[in-house]
Amino acid sequence: MRQKLIVAMLLVSSALLVRNLYTILLDFPDEANQGAIWRIFYFHLPSALTSFIGFYTGAALSIMYLWKKDLKYDALAAVINEVSLVFASITLITGMIWARIAWGIWWAVGDHRLTSYLVCILMYAGYLMLRRSVQDPAQRASLSAVIAIFASLDIIIVWKSIEWWRGNHPGPVLSIRNGGGMAAGWEGLAYWNVLAISLLAIPMILIRLKQEQMQGEIDSVRRFAHEV
Amino acid sequence: MKTLRQALVITRKDLRAELRTKETLNAAVSFSISVLLLFSFALDPTPDQTAEIGGGVLWMIFLFAGTLVFNRSFARELPNDCLDALVASPASSAAIFLGKCFAGFSMMLIVEVLSLPVFVLFFGGRIMDHPGQLSVTLLLATWSVTIMGTTFSALTVNLRLRELMLPVLVYPMLLPAMLAAFRLLTMLVAGQAIGSEDLQWLRVLFGFDLIFTCLALALADSILVN
Repeated sequence: MRQKLIVAMLLVSSALLVRNLYTILLDFPDEANQGAIWRIFYFHLPSALTSFIGFYTGAALSIMYLWKKDLKYDALAAVINEVSLVFASITLITGMIWARIAWGIWWAVGDHRLTSYLVCILMYAGYLMLRRSVQDPAQRASLSAVIAIFASLDIIIVWKSIEWWRGNHPGPVLSIRNGGGMAAGWEGLAYWNVLAISLLAIPMILIRLKQEQMQGEIDSVRRFAHEV
Repeated sequence: MKTLRQALVITRKDLRAELRTKETLNAAVSFSISVLLLFSFALDPTPDQTAEIGGGVLWMIFLFAGTLVFNRSFARELPNDCLDALVASPASSAAIFLGKCFAGFSMMLIVEVLSLPVFVLFFGGRIMDHPGQLSVTLLLATWSVTIMGTTFSALTVNLRLRELMLPVLVYPMLLPAMLAAFRLLTMLVAGQAIGSEDLQWLRVLFGFDLIFTCLALALADSILVN
């Protein structure tokens, strides 16, 4: 059942991505000020949103773990944070490519959006490193749950930084955040790509979850073997 | 009230143990003074340069010294299973946590008070021009390091790699507060008062302290029972 779900979601997501890519690359004209590079926005923003949603789901599952003490929440939180970290890195990399062309530099030192997002990535990298270094499953679970909850607070700063401080990073673009930097008909596709990319994230999470559960089983068998 | 009283008992115990051995304080103070010395050689700043970089240098050193303090905060309870005894005592987790925070906070303040004259000696700077604002900034910024340091000290105390994991986890978490501390201290080192437009950085510090203190106390049970 889960296998079929994974395949179905991958198919839907790739069909959507192909359609969106066609529109982005062939239908849309170059943007007046930025030229061709503006199209990277359609991958930058959806990956960022996917990572935010993921990190918050991870934090919610961590709270659930601390409340219920059930290891299945821990496993799910861990794989969601891991996949979200991948999308956060994609956001950072696409953003840097855009910055190289739009600003002429790879990185704007001191910009609060960039700094807080890099910090967010570092925190979740620390989270994954910590998980590697703890052997006992219950200890690992409550440790990483606390860190995930602490780290999720930084995401509020990432999210609001472009409104609190004016830096190099462009202000809000989407109309739902009172932005409004896009021509008519261009914004809708951004949402379609959010859907496509978050649909891509779910099968990745499910596959990693299966691996994680198998790892747990292997570990418990190994512990059992040691005891015997 | 009971929590606070229990917390102060823990603080007194920690500080008494510390003042008898002075193992953490000696290390942290001599560390910060020798790094100040190294920086003064490495940068050899003119008064203008001191105004630019002095605040950053000073706070970086306090941050590193803080790591030394908080690495020991819970690790000192490991011999003879003192930590298990503490957790099993009638004091609530929040009280133990708060007591450890107060103890670490006092130790960091001692390190800061002892290092500041050395900073003035090596770097000059007009950091003493606004003593009131300096103390408010230092107290708020030190509390933010304290709350994060104590939380992660407790979380990592049983890990094999705890001395390595503490800075890796704490520094990114502290960044919003440190950003504010750097700005404020840079101004103070340059001899400027904190004006109304820079009040937002004090607010950042205060908000950070408030949010993470509440969060850490709410999660104290999970933080301590590892």
